[in-house]
Amino acid sequence: MTIAIEAENLEKTFKGKRQVRALDGVSFAVEEGTVFGLLGPNGSGKTTAVRVLTTILRPDGGTARVLGNDVQKKAGLVRTIIGLAGQYAAVDENLTGRENIQMVGNLNHLERSFVAQRAVELLRQFDLTDAGDRPLKTYSGGMRRRLDLAAALVARPTVLFLDEPTTGLDPQSRNDLWEVIEQLVDGGTTVLLTTQYLEEADRLASRLAVLDHGRVIAEGTPASMKADLGATVLEVGLSTIEDARRTGAILDALGPHTPLVNGTFVEVTVDNGPQAAMLALRNLDGESIQPTTFNLREPSLDDVFLSLTGHRTEEDEEGTADDGPPDGKRRRRWTRRAEQALPVATGELA
Amino acid sequence: MTTTAIAAPTVSGAPHGGGILTRARWVVSDTLTLTRRNLLAITRIPEALFFSTVQPIMFVLLFRYVFGGAIAVPGGLPYVDYLMPGIFVQTVAFGAVSTSIGLAEDLQKGLIERFRALPMSRGAVLTGRTTADVVRNVFVVIIITAVGLAVGFRPTTGALSYTAAILLILLFAYALSWGFAVIGLSAPNSETAQVMSFPILFPLTFISAAFVPVHSMPSWLQGFATYQPVSVTVSACRALMVGAQVTGHSTWFWTSRSLVWSVLFLIVLIPLAIHRYRTRT
Ligand SMILES: Nc1ncnc2c1ncn2[C@@H]1O[C@H](COP(=O)(O)OP(=O)(O)O)[C@@H](O)[C@H]1O
Ligand SMILES: [Mg+2]
Repeated sequence: MTIAIEAENLEKTFKGKRQVRALDGVSFAVEEGTVFGLLGPNGSGKTTAVRVLTTILRPDGGTARVLGNDVQKKAGLVRTIIGLAGQYAAVDENLTGRENIQMVGNLNHLERSFVAQRAVELLRQFDLTDAGDRPLKTYSGGMRRRLDLAAALVARPTVLFLDEPTTGLDPQSRNDLWEVIEQLVDGGTTVLLTTQYLEEADRLASRLAVLDHGRVIAEGTPASMKADLGATVLEVGLSTIEDARRTGAILDALGPHTPLVNGTFVEVTVDNGPQAAMLALRNLDGESIQPTTFNLREPSLDDVFLSLTGHRTEEDEEGTADDGPPDGKRRRRWTRRAEQALPVATGELA
Repeated sequence: MTTTAIAAPTVSGAPHGGGILTRARWVVSDTLTLTRRNLLAITRIPEALFFSTVQPIMFVLLFRYVFGGAIAVPGGLPYVDYLMPGIFVQTVAFGAVSTSIGLAEDLQKGLIERFRALPMSRGAVLTGRTTADVVRNVFVVIIITAVGLAVGFRPTTGALSYTAAILLILLFAYALSWGFAVIGLSAPNSETAQVMSFPILFPLTFISAAFVPVHSMPSWLQGFATYQPVSVTVSACRALMVGAQVTGHSTWFWTSRSLVWSVLFLIVLIPLAIHRYRTRT
């Protein structure tokens, strides 16, 4: 098997008002023709890693190679191999969709006729044919993301970097984009994808690495990661702390995973969701406990973190609200609620 | 993997990172690509069109018909003839602000991030921007010339001299573009770039010989107001367009000093802009 992307001990510290060690010895390898997921919360170093790998940023230490070419020593060559769709759709607002694609094609020094034909192809592939000659100001967020990806593909890159490609998109647009990415991989493209969503990594990536504070804290297949986690999370809300404590004891009997009690809120990962839910409800009823909320959900990045590090994902102190996805909001609310309810146990969050 | 079979065809047919000649061609082609892009943007941003057309016209009308009557010009020169060289220089100077705003915006929106991952010439982001400025300014001086003629501006020195004045203005504007490029690359966002630009522009354009004779100012201001770059260039244009009598020195006196300022700016500002572009993370 050929390795398409290789990171070895990458280090990067941003100096400024306060020093940030964005990459603290990051290593991983991506097999040719596969999707590799870099999973991590805001501020964990995903974008910095992508910037190093795409020749944009010089690391303080370590080496990186794309198809065997050192990204620093052979930056010019690497740039002809790769495509990049950054975290924020990097498109020119004042141009039309077609003009954006053509601009990137021309900057790749491709033949004009090829660029024109490629623009038609890409607009069709990304369902932007009708919007192709409209200025970008009229595009929705999902359309911008699609155009951004289309522009990254003009020169038919063999290695593609996607930095949080679906953050901020509605579920429909997210699904559309996932399908496009899957098509690309079927065509032989190697993809490195960063994401905050376990669901996304699970759907697309064949391997993933979890980043925390610039370090890889876990690496493996999504399946192995979920096996460690338990397949489903059961969340129960109660009206009193006493009820929560008793519920915790009941849920503990459901399986191998230990429930987490946070104030009036209890959650536990379970291997068989529906079965566990029925059992839990039956036992709660038997003890005359009335839950106020009762949810089954997929494990999130948050749960991965909890199981790997013993703490939930932290907000970057610079805490920008720019990631704004539905999951992100829920995660923040949950973290805050946990802090209010149980200041001692969550003290390490600070 | 059939990497080579599906590789997209490049213009030169040569693989990237080729010889010096290929590289030189790419510098030119990338500069043109981005020049075109920046010019398209001007035609599509109403504010940009406004700043380069309507604003100078308003200034001409304002000074010609509102303030002009109160301003005494030495030697009995009609005020409109005194004014127009000032309008030219002031307009291109204000226009250069769009360079700082545009670059700051490209940085902010991540466009430059994308450019950095492309196999394009590194300097093209800056040369494309400043070249677009030159093209825009050619249109601007044509518009101002037309407006000036319409309100009674009568150049007296002949076409050659007038053309020399226009070239001097375009060179000065080009030098300023690099200065505002530095500002745009230093600002955290486009709003700040704009805010940073005006405190530099206002004293340069208004504490100058652009609109009023310098001898009407307090004596402690006169030295700066006479020899700062905008004033020197205005005086050079005045001498080249309507004669040197009102300027107090010979045409060559002002022209040479304007050239020195412009060249000095370019020598300092181009490397500075490139450095800022390289080191901006
Ligand atoms: N250009 C920069 N200057 C200073 N600090 C930065 C810069 N880029 C990123 N950082 C910091 O480095 C850390 C990692 O950032 P980043 O790689 O963007 O994380 P992610 O993409 O996972 O959200 C964060 O703490 C961030 O604030
Ligand atoms: Mg990021």
